[in-house]
Amino acid sequence: MLAQFLQFLFSGVTVGATYALAALGFTLIYNASNVINFAQGEFIMLGGMLAVYFTQAGLPLPAALLLAILIPAIVGVVVEKLAIEPVKGAETVTLIIITIGASLVIRGLTTVIFGKGTHSLPPFSGDTPIEILGATLLPQSLWVLGITALVVVALWYFFNRTLQGKAMLATSYNRLAAELVGINTSWVLFMSFAMSAALGALGGILITPITLTSYDVGIMLGLKGFVAAVVGGLGNGLGAVIGGLLVGILEAMGAGYISSSYKDAIPFVLILFILFFMPRGLFGGKSTDRV
Amino acid sequence: MKKNVYFGLYLVIALLAVLPFVVPNSFYLDLVIRMAINAVIVLGLNLLIGFAGQISLGHAGFLGIGAYASAVLPTHFGWHPLVAMGAGAAATGLLAALVARPIFKLKGHYLAMATLGLGIIISIALRNEAQWTGGPDGMPVPTMGLFGFDLSSDKQWYWVVALLLSISVWASLNLIDSPFGRALRALHGSEVASQVVGVDVVRYKVAIFVLSAVFASLMGSVTAHYVGFVSPNFADFFHSIELVTMVVIGGMASVYGSLVGAVLLTALPQALATFEGWETVVFGAILMGSMIFLPKGLVPTLASKFGKGE
Repeated sequence: MLAQFLQFLFSGVTVGATYALAALGFTLIYNASNVINFAQGEFIMLGGMLAVYFTQAGLPLPAALLLAILIPAIVGVVVEKLAIEPVKGAETVTLIIITIGASLVIRGLTTVIFGKGTHSLPPFSGDTPIEILGATLLPQSLWVLGITALVVVALWYFFNRTLQGKAMLATSYNRLAAELVGINTSWVLFMSFAMSAALGALGGILITPITLTSYDVGIMLGLKGFVAAVVGGLGNGLGAVIGGLLVGILEAMGAGYISSSYKDAIPFVLILFILFFMPRGLFGGKSTDRV
Repeated sequence: MKKNVYFGLYLVIALLAVLPFVVPNSFYLDLVIRMAINAVIVLGLNLLIGFAGQISLGHAGFLGIGAYASAVLPTHFGWHPLVAMGAGAAATGLLAALVARPIFKLKGHYLAMATLGLGIIISIALRNEAQWTGGPDGMPVPTMGLFGFDLSSDKQWYWVVALLLSISVWASLNLIDSPFGRALRALHGSEVASQVVGVDVVRYKVAIFVLSAVFASLMGSVTAHYVGFVSPNFADFFHSIELVTMVVIGGMASVYGSLVGAVLLTALPQALATFEGWETVVFGAILMGSMIFLPKGLVPTLASKFGKGE
C-alpha cells in the first residue's frame, strides 16, 4: 500500500521535475515578452535527441550533454531573433501561430536529420534501483531531482542577487520603465530565450534515460509544461516549479490509481478545474485591469 | 453599403455554381469540397476569434464530437444519420454552454490554456474509448441518406456543401451587421466600455462560443459522412491550430478572409507533397513567414492596400 504510493510518488516527482524545468522556460519567456512559446516542448525533445546523437557519436558524456544544451539554446536565440523580435506587440493568436510554426520547423528538421525512430540514452550512473520502504527509485531519478534542485537554486540566486537577473525581473514588471533606467530589454529577450531553451533541453536530457525519446515527444511535454506554468500562475517562477511537481505527481497518481490510458488527460483536467475556481492559477494573485 | 456587402456573396455563389464544371478531375473536386467544409468551420471560428476577440485552441474537439456522433450513433445504435448529426450538435452546444461561463471569465493566455485543455481531453477520450470509437485506428461512417436517396457521389456532396457554404456566408454577413454582431465587435474593442453601455459581455461571449462550436460539430458530421471515415487525429490539437491559422492567415474579422484562409491552408499540404520529407519544415516556415510579414492576414492587408474596406 505505502510501497505502491511511494512508487507512484517517485515517478511523479521525477517527471514533474521535467515539467518544472519546461514551466520555468515558459515563465522566463512570458516575463520577458508576454509570449507563450509553444516551441518550448521542441527544446525538450532536441535536448534528448542531441544527447543520444552525441553519446552515440562517441563523445564523453559531459561534452555530449553540454553540446545538447548549447545547441538548443542557440536554436532558441535564432527563433527569437528571426521570428519574435520582428513582431513585437503582435496579437496573442499571431504569436501563438508563429511559435507553433517554429516548433514545426524544429520538429521537421529533427526528422529529416535523425529520422522517426525511438532512441534511448544510458542512465548517467547505472540502473541498479535503490529500494526505499518497498518502493524502488532509479538512480537516474536522483540525477533528475538533484540537478533540477540545483538549477532552481541557481536561478533564484541569479534573479535575486545579480544585476543581470534583476534587470530581467525589472523588464518583466515594466518594460518601458526598465528601458528608461537603461536596461537593454532586447538583451533581456535574447537571454530569456537562450535560458529557457537551455532549461527545456536540460529537462529533456535528464528524463530521456527513463522515458526514451523520439522526434514527437516535444508536443505533450511542452503542453504539460505550459499547464504547469499556468497552474502556478503565469510569470511566477516558484509557482512554475510547484506547478510542475504537482502536475507530475497527480499524473502519476491518476495513472496508477484511476486509469493509465487517461494519464495524458489528467494535467488538462487539473488545469481546467484550477482555472474554473482560480482564474489566474494557484499563485497568480488578483489582477486589476486599468481601463 | 448593403449592396457592396452582398456583392461578395453573389461572387461566392457564382463561383460555387461554376466550379464543378471547370475542375479537371475528381481529385480537385474532392479538394474543393474539403476547402468548402473548412471554410464553413472557419467562418464560425472567425466570429469567435476575429469579431469577438476570444481565442479557442480546442475547436477540433467540437469537430470531433460531431464527427464521432455521426459515426458511433448510426453504427452502434442504428440512429438515422440526420438525427445523429443533430444529437452531436446538441451535445456539443450543451458542453460548450456548460464550460463557457467559467472559461470566459479567463483572458488571453489563460483562455488559450483552458480551450486547449478542453480540446485535448476530448481527443484523448475519443482515442481511449475504443469499444465505441475504434480507438486510434478510427472507424468507418455509414452513408448519409437524405429523403430517400443516398448521398454518396462527390458531385452530390459538392452541391450540399456549396449550399451550406453559401448559407453560412450570408448568415455571417447578416450576423455581424446585426445588434448581436455590433455587440461582439464592441466587446472586442473594450470589454469595460461595452459593459458600461449595457452589453452583457459574458452572455455574448457564451453565445458566440456555443454558436461556433455547433458550427464546428455540424461540419464535423458532414466531413465524417463525406469522407466515410473518422479518426482521432480529426480532433487533435494540431487540427485546432490549423483552423485557427486559417482564420488568421485569411484575416481576422473578415468574412471573405475566412474563405481565403480555408482555401489556402487546405491546398497547402497537397502543394507541399512534392517536398518529400520536408513538408513539416516548409509548412512551419510558411506559418511563421505569413504571420511575420502579414500579421493582419491576407484579405485585410490587400483591402487596405487597395484603399477600400470589405
